[in-house]
Amino acid sequence: MSSVAKIIGQRLLLGLLTLFVISVIIFTAVNMLPGDFAQAVLGQGATPEAVAAIRRDLGLDQPFLVRYWSWLSDMLRGDLGTSFAQANFATFTGNESQAGATVMAQIGPRFENTLFLAGVTAMIAVPFAVGLGILSALFRNSAFDKGANVFALTSISSPEFFLAYVLILFLAVLNPILPSLSNIYEGMGMGERLQRTLLPALTLTLVVTAHMMRMTRAAIINLLASPYIEMARLKGIKPMRVIVRHALPNALAPIINVIAINLAYLITGVVVVEVVFVYPGIGQLFVDSVKIRDIPVVQACCLIFAAAYILLNLMADIFSILSNPRLRHPK
Amino acid sequence: MSFWTWTLAIALAVFGGAWLMRALGRRLTGNAPYFRDMPYAVAFGYVAAVAAVIGGAVLWVQPNAVFFRWAVQGFVIAAALAFVFRLAGRHIGSEGTRKAFRTMPLTAAFGILTILVYAVLAIFAGLLAPYGQAEVFAQPNMLPGGDPASGGDPAHPLGTDQIGRDLLTRLIYGAQNTVGIAFATTCLAFLLGGSLGFLAAVIGGWFDNLLSRAVDVLMAIPSLIFALLLMTIASAWAGSERWLLTIYMIVIIAVIDSTRVFRLARAVGQNIVVMDYIEAAKLRGEGLRYLIFREILPNATAPLLAEFGLRFCFVFLTIAALSFLGVGIQPPLADWGTMVRDLAQFINFAAFSPLAAALPLMAAGAIALLTVAVNFVVDWVLHRSSGLKD
Amino acid sequence: MGERLLTITDLRIEGRADEQWIPIVNGVDLTLDKGEVLGLIGESGAGKSTVGLAAMGYTRDGVRIAGGSVEFDGIDLVNAPLMQKRALLGKRIAYVAQSAAASFNPAHKLIDQHSEAPVRHGVMRKGESEEDAIELYRRLRLPNPEEIGFRYPHQVSGGQLQRAMTAMAMSCRPDLIIFDEPTTALDVTTQIEVLAAIRDIVEQFGTSAIYITHDLAVVAQMADRIKVLLRGDEVEEAPTRQMLEAPQEDYTRSLWAVRSFKRPAKPAPAADAVPVLSVQNVTAGYGKATVLRDVSFDIHEGRTVAVVGESGSGKSTAARCITGLLPPRSGQVELDGQALPLDYRNRSKEQLRQVQMIYQMADTALNPRKTIGEIIGRPVEFYLGLRGKAKRARVEELLTQIELPPGEFIDRLPSELSGGQKQRIGIARALAAEPKFIICDEVTSALDQLVAEGILKLLARLQDDLKLSYMFITHDLATVRAIADEVVVMKDGEVVEQGPKADMFTPPHHPYTDLLLSSVPEMDPDWLSELLAERGRDNLGDAAVGSMD
Repeated sequence: MSSVAKIIGQRLLLGLLTLFVISVIIFTAVNMLPGDFAQAVLGQGATPEAVAAIRRDLGLDQPFLVRYWSWLSDMLRGDLGTSFAQANFATFTGNESQAGATVMAQIGPRFENTLFLAGVTAMIAVPFAVGLGILSALFRNSAFDKGANVFALTSISSPEFFLAYVLILFLAVLNPILPSLSNIYEGMGMGERLQRTLLPALTLTLVVTAHMMRMTRAAIINLLASPYIEMARLKGIKPMRVIVRHALPNALAPIINVIAINLAYLITGVVVVEVVFVYPGIGQLFVDSVKIRDIPVVQACCLIFAAAYILLNLMADIFSILSNPRLRHPK
Repeated sequence: MSFWTWTLAIALAVFGGAWLMRALGRRLTGNAPYFRDMPYAVAFGYVAAVAAVIGGAVLWVQPNAVFFRWAVQGFVIAAALAFVFRLAGRHIGSEGTRKAFRTMPLTAAFGILTILVYAVLAIFAGLLAPYGQAEVFAQPNMLPGGDPASGGDPAHPLGTDQIGRDLLTRLIYGAQNTVGIAFATTCLAFLLGGSLGFLAAVIGGWFDNLLSRAVDVLMAIPSLIFALLLMTIASAWAGSERWLLTIYMIVIIAVIDSTRVFRLARAVGQNIVVMDYIEAAKLRGEGLRYLIFREILPNATAPLLAEFGLRFCFVFLTIAALSFLGVGIQPPLADWGTMVRDLAQFINFAAFSPLAAALPLMAAGAIALLTVAVNFVVDWVLHRSSGLKD
Repeated sequence: MGERLLTITDLRIEGRADEQWIPIVNGVDLTLDKGEVLGLIGESGAGKSTVGLAAMGYTRDGVRIAGGSVEFDGIDLVNAPLMQKRALLGKRIAYVAQSAAASFNPAHKLIDQHSEAPVRHGVMRKGESEEDAIELYRRLRLPNPEEIGFRYPHQVSGGQLQRAMTAMAMSCRPDLIIFDEPTTALDVTTQIEVLAAIRDIVEQFGTSAIYITHDLAVVAQMADRIKVLLRGDEVEEAPTRQMLEAPQEDYTRSLWAVRSFKRPAKPAPAADAVPVLSVQNVTAGYGKATVLRDVSFDIHEGRTVAVVGESGSGKSTAARCITGLLPPRSGQVELDGQALPLDYRNRSKEQLRQVQMIYQMADTALNPRKTIGEIIGRPVEFYLGLRGKAKRARVEELLTQIELPPGEFIDRLPSELSGGQKQRIGIARALAAEPKFIICDEVTSALDQLVAEGILKLLARLQDDLKLSYMFITHDLATVRAIADEVVVMKDGEVVEQGPKADMFTPPHHPYTDLLLSSVPEMDPDWLSELLAERGRDNLGDAAVGSMD
């Protein structure tokens, strides 16, 4: 077991290191902006004195490393800084309640919404995709498998907004089953919230399912070709037991890996889908902030996305280590 | 509630039908091995397929199922065209291409045909489009259909957009801009990632380590997020020079995507580098250039070509997404992502004017169709090269 | 012999390739009585494994039985319902696969996999079956029989796994076991224990068996009767002794004759002659591990030095040190009395030209995208500066030298050639540099026996014509006997013994050389029994393995 602990420890450290390097990249990238924050906050017509005052206030006259350090330590304390465009932002979205003073106040509830959307998606997509993948691996080269493959290729290839509008057309406009806008607010009932989240969740499901299904299928086919599966068949074991007892324990690692990778993929997919459905999540906030160049928010969102992405990939790694018998039972 | 009762009834019918079909098959054929050894799931598949066909037929005759009928017609026409194309391919051309067409699935034939059509559209957009892409006409927001009675104009069969530009023209020019820019970006990404990847595989050691670690870190940032972050900065650099932003976008996406190309090129390169013929060449005293260009590259073309297709799709979708979000290809260039965003509200008119509602879907579908086509071809190429191995 | 157990008549099997069905087996007949062992031999592509699996009523994906019948104890296995077939597999017919390491499920303990068939078929309860497993492990002379079953496959060595798999096949006391090349992947010293264990247990339980292999000497020890297959057709069949003494068909005779190729011994080199290549006190390794310790040997002009050893003995590492791919930590390599730079990158073009190499796998040694003309032409151009017509003429000359018609081969790609032809191209590429010294790394081990013999003869002729010196790396002592002038025996990175061939094959030997020599199966059907009697049962097996691990 100690070797497993050691490997996992190494992975965790590597993940932290990566996150640290990414924070440096994000900070550096933002500092490459022409002019500086102060100029950006006050606009072109600002007097030099006012700019200098803000620079002092925000600590922009400090050296690069000092600024980075204070930014990082603020981040670690959960202080994501002050959105210097909050006023603009509030008018931009027409939503006065968003005009919180800090980035944290803006991101907090939206982050929760995004997690809710991702969670609903995962709950639909994971069993559906894994099941479909296993079925098409078992009946490979059948009409079912070919059909599933065409479906998967089509939905992988379609941009998220295409799938979103097709779903809106059929499920919201032509047959008004679900609302096409996902305006969610605090204190909403769970049922209604779920109903308004369903359409974006279905869109994401389509995107993620295709990837997950193809990867699951490939993993299982690879497995079914191994000599020990043939051996099990030659021992006269029933097909169901061959799958459950001989294939599944070895398939677990690749399948968990596939799930984690695709959940990580969700993070990117969420941005476009939230914009289409005007879903008040972190992705939409991110895009809006990009457009109005609200730097602290962009930085914070970027770091959150990257952290979630790294975390999921890390989990994929750790699960596949844990499920490897060679590592669990060393010589 | 009746929706759920219906669903339940149909599911039960299919489950029961499958059992019945297998039992009948056994009885009628005198327990022929085919029915005797048929797993229940296979019987279920057959019956479910029959149920789906019946369901489709029922839907077809519904008067308001316009989009369903369009979709089915489109599908049938596409399949027919692909079939004719494949048939032609089997009889025209060199021995090699004829042989390739003979074993080609219909999906791949459809893919190749579609790519050819897009290529023609993209190259000859200036000749094919009725107007200039930035030309503004008097009447904005004109409905499509070309019927003056319902507010259309035969001169603008797809109508005009919110500032009065001809939509058909912009759809055709979209092929040139969106596809062209994506193609250029992919080429740049391959040049960058491919050459570094091969160098890393051949030189190895610290050079490989350094590059690989750097790529690991860059790949730990989700690519669309990273692109959006860098586009924020680029838009500040570009200022009011909008065309400059398009150039920045090409470079940014190419750099982000080159990390994926690097990984693949390095992996392919490493697989080749361990071959004995590379060792033989090294021991002969051959230089780095000879090794890469004469020994490695000729063996890496097939996987690299397939990867080029996949990367192109990815880049194409990323650019479309950026444009859709309003930070990608900048006006006055016509492009599909931006068109979808601008026309999106028309989708709510689906009940009154299906053609108007189809406009945003047409632009989005144009994107989807090309990526589907490329994916079909790549899937076939990969399947073929993996099938040849065993 | 007793009752008839298995009857295969006119079995035809097809495989799917390029969207059409291609015959693999064309009408093979086979019978097997109770308690009898049938040896099925043939070269690669003979269809022997396919026939073995068909005897279980099983075909792999993309393969189908196109005609004929397989009748096992009155049951028609071709047309039987799946359920009935499944009830036979594992219980009355069992299978032992070539690679035990890949055929055991990595996720379960050995004993759980062992008792699966008896429990599922309702032959024994779990507890009984586990006790029985331990008993079988004991009979198969596995070390720690009480404990070894509770390990996972990756925790057990290859030879032991192969015996555990035999035990698993025995778990339901089947009537028939199919052994599909069970010892091919093992070293000779391990192979012998597995062979002995298999033979004993088959005898003890009176089980019928089909033993599939490409190795004549192995099948001679195991089988009562031998059937020879060639490309899906039966060549001949006869009781073992009769088959060995008087094979009827030309093909069979040629198979038998391969082992008799032996080149005449050459006179010893003059005492003061400078060796073409001299390896002096070389120590080398990868990272922290030391793979080669203080290795020295000389190779003289026109002579062949065979470097022999089992996997992991360091013989290929020695070749990498000579070529300079792996610079040694200490010691040096001399060419014609001149020290070679340790790293190949520091060697001159002339030095590189003098040392050439021929590889084991001709598939990976030739660039698949280049024509034969380009492959052989490159060293001609690179070292000798010949271009255009002169180059082509030289390439054609080389092709003639390796006995391939130049006009036919010069523009072909490697993928269009057979294994033996590819290996010849590898030889031609080495010759193109006009070297003094060639390293042959297991050049015949991937080839069928007949083809391998052709390659050995060609190498011997080239040596005489061109005064070449060879370093011949091999694990196969028959090859050593055929071609070597001197032998270097290696074990665990050290030279155990070296000297002229005649000395090596006559006692007294170093104990390891002795073990190695005596473990090579001979064509005599009594060889195994005599050897076992000589070594003594208890001495065999794991005492020897223990010292080797």
